Amino acid sequence: MNDEPIIPGPARPLKPHRLLKFLRQEILPTAFCPGCGCGTVLNSFAQAVEELSIDPKDMVFVTGIGCSSWIPSPYFKGDTLHTTHGRPIAFATGVKIMRPDLKVVVIAGDGDIAGIGGNHLVHAARRNIDITVLMVNNWNYGMTGGQVSPATPFGVPTTTTPYDNPEHPLEAAELVAAAGANYVSRWTTYHVFPLMESIQKALEIEGFSFIEILSQCPVSYGKMVDMRRASDFLKFYRDQSVRVHKAKEMSAEELEGKIVVGKLVERQRSEFVTSLRRINERFREG
Amino acid sequence: MDKQGYDAIRKLLGESPAFVQGDVACAYGAVLAGCRYFAGYPITPATETAESMASLMPGCGGTYIQMEDEIASIAAVIGASWAGEKAMTTTSGPGFSLMQENIGYACMTETPCVIVNVQRSGPSTGQPTEPAQGDMMQARWGSHGDYELIALVPNSVQECLDLVIEAFNLSERFRVPVIVLTDGEVGHMREKTVIPEFDELKLVERETPTVPRESYVPFGGGEAAVPPMGFFGLGYRTYVTGLTHTEKGLPATSSAEEHTKLVSRLCEKIRQASESLVRIEERYLDEAEFAVVSYGITSRVALNAVRTLRRRKKKIGYLRLIGLWPFPEERLLGLSKQVKGILVPEMNLGQVYHPIREAVAGKCRVAHLPKIGGEIHTPAEIVEAVQKLMGGRRR
Repeated sequence: MNDEPIIPGPARPLKPHRLLKFLRQEILPTAFCPGCGCGTVLNSFAQAVEELSIDPKDMVFVTGIGCSSWIPSPYFKGDTLHTTHGRPIAFATGVKIMRPDLKVVVIAGDGDIAGIGGNHLVHAARRNIDITVLMVNNWNYGMTGGQVSPATPFGVPTTTTPYDNPEHPLEAAELVAAAGANYVSRWTTYHVFPLMESIQKALEIEGFSFIEILSQCPVSYGKMVDMRRASDFLKFYRDQSVRVHKAKEMSAEELEGKIVVGKLVERQRSEFVTSLRRINERFREG
Repeated sequence: MDKQGYDAIRKLLGESPAFVQGDVACAYGAVLAGCRYFAGYPITPATETAESMASLMPGCGGTYIQMEDEIASIAAVIGASWAGEKAMTTTSGPGFSLMQENIGYACMTETPCVIVNVQRSGPSTGQPTEPAQGDMMQARWGSHGDYELIALVPNSVQECLDLVIEAFNLSERFRVPVIVLTDGEVGHMREKTVIPEFDELKLVERETPTVPRESYVPFGGGEAAVPPMGFFGLGYRTYVTGLTHTEKGLPATSSAEEHTKLVSRLCEKIRQASESLVRIEERYLDEAEFAVVSYGITSRVALNAVRTLRRRKKKIGYLRLIGLWPFPEERLLGLSKQVKGILVPEMNLGQVYHPIREAVAGKCRVAHLPKIGGEIHTPAEIVEAVQKLMGGRRR
């Protein structure tokens, strides 16, 4: 037997990453595929929590089913409710109403949040309940191997639209903005620093906050469109994204196929749990 | 709940005895049991419970929310339970069907919660305003996979109140969803209802961990254990998942050993307690040669029929199932050794008839008297069916 390691290790042991303290280290490494964008989202999210000095024991993570639901569950070391497919926002509503002092964060994918769970998304945004939702949009059902999702672009092949997708994608961020959320933005895994700042903003703001994060899936999605490397997607995000203020000056034709990134909405509509408690207290005081 | 909290609730509920609907009595039972979260969705014939909870919750320091559908209702109830509160939802057939996946989730994650199903005639939209007993099997088997839960069946408005309190207690004790199966008839009729006094209320609260976070085992314990619940905000950073999980709560989806250990414990914690969960009412069973076994609204007609037959000197007994799941097999087996035949009247085309036949295992005859369409049995129908059973030859 050769005792030499196959990959020679560094001369000195690496210092543990400073954000590792947030993770359930006993279950690492993650289950994400090579090149997956979920690691970038996890990194940006952990950095945002660090920047805001939030104690994870004051956070509750509620997730659905799909690759990106694994970003906090099981990896992030907080109270975590890993729920049924599509329902994390509904579960989170129960948690938030009874424990408004805790920061409730939902992280899940486009299939979970905008597909099977679309109803809950619209109504949580309408109520403007103080929950932060990160919708990691990888344009497909990645965990099951690359089926068409409500966010898959028009005209591309997936395993269940092998002759190209005849459906138009849902613009989830615009939908949530229209439904009444207090904060909505869209970023990609290429825009890591603005993304991190946006996550901070979403965690701080009172009311429903929603970030659509375009995140690469070079394995399940990429295999069908010949984008097999993470860098294929990052270059695409870089070249095709347009900032919100620029997009306002562009025509519909010019915006065709572009990714509008930046803050879509920031406002101060009354938050649901606060209103609910105020109404209930008014009743109690007679 | 302390005396002050009780007095505040009593002030809201008003005079005792009250004269209220079964649906309203369910709400009374819930607030007395300490329920402080209700999520629901309007559906006939269960809407009155939601309306009552909406009006009662703020005064009790609780919260009512109307969710966007029944899937969201049960989801929010489970979320509130993990936030540390006693929580309930009510529905009827179509909504109960929608809730099934998350009821399985509550079993898998050992989440205490109460679901009242005011049964109406199905399948599908069926007869929305008419009563039925068509969800007895769905309550037990509606979600996928192996699981056990508890189901109780009231037959009066008083029992709606009493059994909802009991449902909360059992739910907290066993960390399992408890289903109360009423029906459109019990839910909508009004009866005299006595509100229990403070010292009559015996409430059970879920056990919480006392050990430090590092040594807390959220889903562990022996083969039939009910582990203490480190719910959110206590600092345990509990990881709760519907995936097959280890004692620590972490996913172990490919392990036959972990799955067998977990799911066996979830079932055994109810199965091994089944004797303590027997809730039956027995009357006229001394020297009975035949018996009517019934439950819910049908049992009230059955009792009338049994009394009529007793007046005619027929040796007929009466057994009412109050606790339906886990099924009181031993009691039914005992009854079958005593009597020559059992009649099972029920408002479906054959549901509780089947576990009775299974329990009896051929030791006596079991005849079925189904009735659907939203009408309850008449006493004459049951008397006639019993006479037919008495006259029939043993197979």
